[in-house]
Amino acid sequence: MPIEIRNLNYTYGAGTCFEAHALQNISFTIPDGQFLGIIGHTGSGKSTLIQHLNGLVKPSSGDILYNGVSIYSENFSMRELRQNVGLVFQYPEHQLFEESVLKDVCFGPKNQGLSPAECEERAREALLLSGVPQEFYDSSPFELSGGQKRRVAIAGVIAMHPKVLILDEPTAGLDPSGRDEILGQIRDLHQKTGMAVVLVSHSMEDVAEYVERIVVLSDGVLFCEGTPREVFRRYRELENLGLAAPQVTYIMHALRDRGLPVDPDITTMEEATDEICRVMGVEDAS
Amino acid sequence: MEMIHADKLSYHYKIHDEEGRVTGSKTAVDSVDLDIATGDFIAVLGHNGSGKSTLAKHINAILLPTGGSIWIRGMDTKDMANLWEIRQTAGMVFQNPDNQIIGTVVEEDVGFGPENIGIPTKEIWRRVDESLKSVEMTKYRHASPNKLSGGQKQRVAIAGVLAMRPRCIVLDEPTAMLDPAGRREVIDTVKRLNKDEGITVILITHYMDEVISADKVFVMDKGRIVMHGTPREIFSQVEMLAGYGLDVPQAAKLAHELRKRGLDIPAGILTKDELVEAVCRLKSGI
Repeated sequence: MPIEIRNLNYTYGAGTCFEAHALQNISFTIPDGQFLGIIGHTGSGKSTLIQHLNGLVKPSSGDILYNGVSIYSENFSMRELRQNVGLVFQYPEHQLFEESVLKDVCFGPKNQGLSPAECEERAREALLLSGVPQEFYDSSPFELSGGQKRRVAIAGVIAMHPKVLILDEPTAGLDPSGRDEILGQIRDLHQKTGMAVVLVSHSMEDVAEYVERIVVLSDGVLFCEGTPREVFRRYRELENLGLAAPQVTYIMHALRDRGLPVDPDITTMEEATDEICRVMGVEDAS
Repeated sequence: MEMIHADKLSYHYKIHDEEGRVTGSKTAVDSVDLDIATGDFIAVLGHNGSGKSTLAKHINAILLPTGGSIWIRGMDTKDMANLWEIRQTAGMVFQNPDNQIIGTVVEEDVGFGPENIGIPTKEIWRRVDESLKSVEMTKYRHASPNKLSGGQKQRVAIAGVLAMRPRCIVLDEPTAMLDPAGRREVIDTVKRLNKDEGITVILITHYMDEVISADKVFVMDKGRIVMHGTPREIFSQVEMLAGYGLDVPQAAKLAHELRKRGLDIPAGILTKDELVEAVCRLKSGI
């Protein structure tokens, strides 16, 4: 069920002196099962864009096709779209409200009209996949730590079995191990269920590590898209947009400038380790 | 004079039941002894829930210790007579700039603090001018804060603190919501204030790369300070930090990975330049 975004425009306050073009002529496709990253400076339009993807915001012009059908066409079921395209907002833990973790995660499936038994099954499965320890299922979600709360909130969306999971900066404010755990669990989920994942992030290292393809936004315009290697190769342009390349890419470029024949386009820690070992003539340990 | 001195500082949260009765307590800060010299740049690391923010809130008497004591420039925070002077000595900057900005125009926001303590108008303007200059935001003094980027907003928040002429600034994850350029702007500003204006800085962060130029690093776990030392001393203990849910800067991590693969890279590497130097030296030595 691919999502095709076609010539999307969104203007705030059209016709007033505050008119601002949040999105301008954006076109790209989220294919089935892809792990996609969206990067861009603060205010570049990332959050506005993803709010279009499940119909929360209506564009000024342009179209979004879900499974080949315009989501703005007359008989299109927005309800169905929102069940298939799950959106996890920034700081989703602020949306927890139920008296227990399990009940909170049941809320989505309950609204899909599933039976109480099915809801609980979905909730347990989602909590397991999100890495929430079982001992917390009956606790109040407000008693948990920040990282655990966020997992519960993500589980609430996963429990609806979306075909596309969109996460707006899911690791903001988390410590390094919380960051790695949540992203690792999302990767597992992506691999196990085959759902497409859209990750909005300010961490170039995380994007390089986890996603297959990157879309770069700048001032509401799609600046470029491609694999992490292709995108981060243009790091000088990205810097002008308030972005950067992953740290290891800078290290590889610096080594190359000093005459070491390393591949400068490397974007992850693992690749960098292998590449430096190769050039230094160290046998591959694996 | 010493900026901050804490002696067996403890803080216990009370846990209430539904009727508001106290049913137990949770220790957030556990017998911390602390000495921070005037003019130091201190970084505090620790996983979510390790007690960093609770400790930080003691520095300007938002929280008062439930055990032990803390003195800010010799003033005991438990003595109510010191409260306003302590608040003016130590300013705080929080994670989300949108929660800290109240003015509709940048200069008005920056002037809010001094206005509240009855500073004469002429002096307020002088402070606004100087504070905006220190964070390099003079150009935006007449702008509306909501039109600024994340990094710019956070610099306005810092200017608002500076207008109170603090001797010490505590920043609790000031870059968690910012893009790479915004992160750099904020950290460069903080470093400059420390170096040029001699302001004592206490930076709480989950970004290890921001800690490299600190004078001293404290690592917290379960409410205690479990490691302290220079960044080089702290970040050479990769495994121990991982045990506390923390990471090391990217260059240090790559150096660690290379050492594990048998490359003779010296311990204690922190920066890109140091790593590149070490690899090149090794290469030319073969």
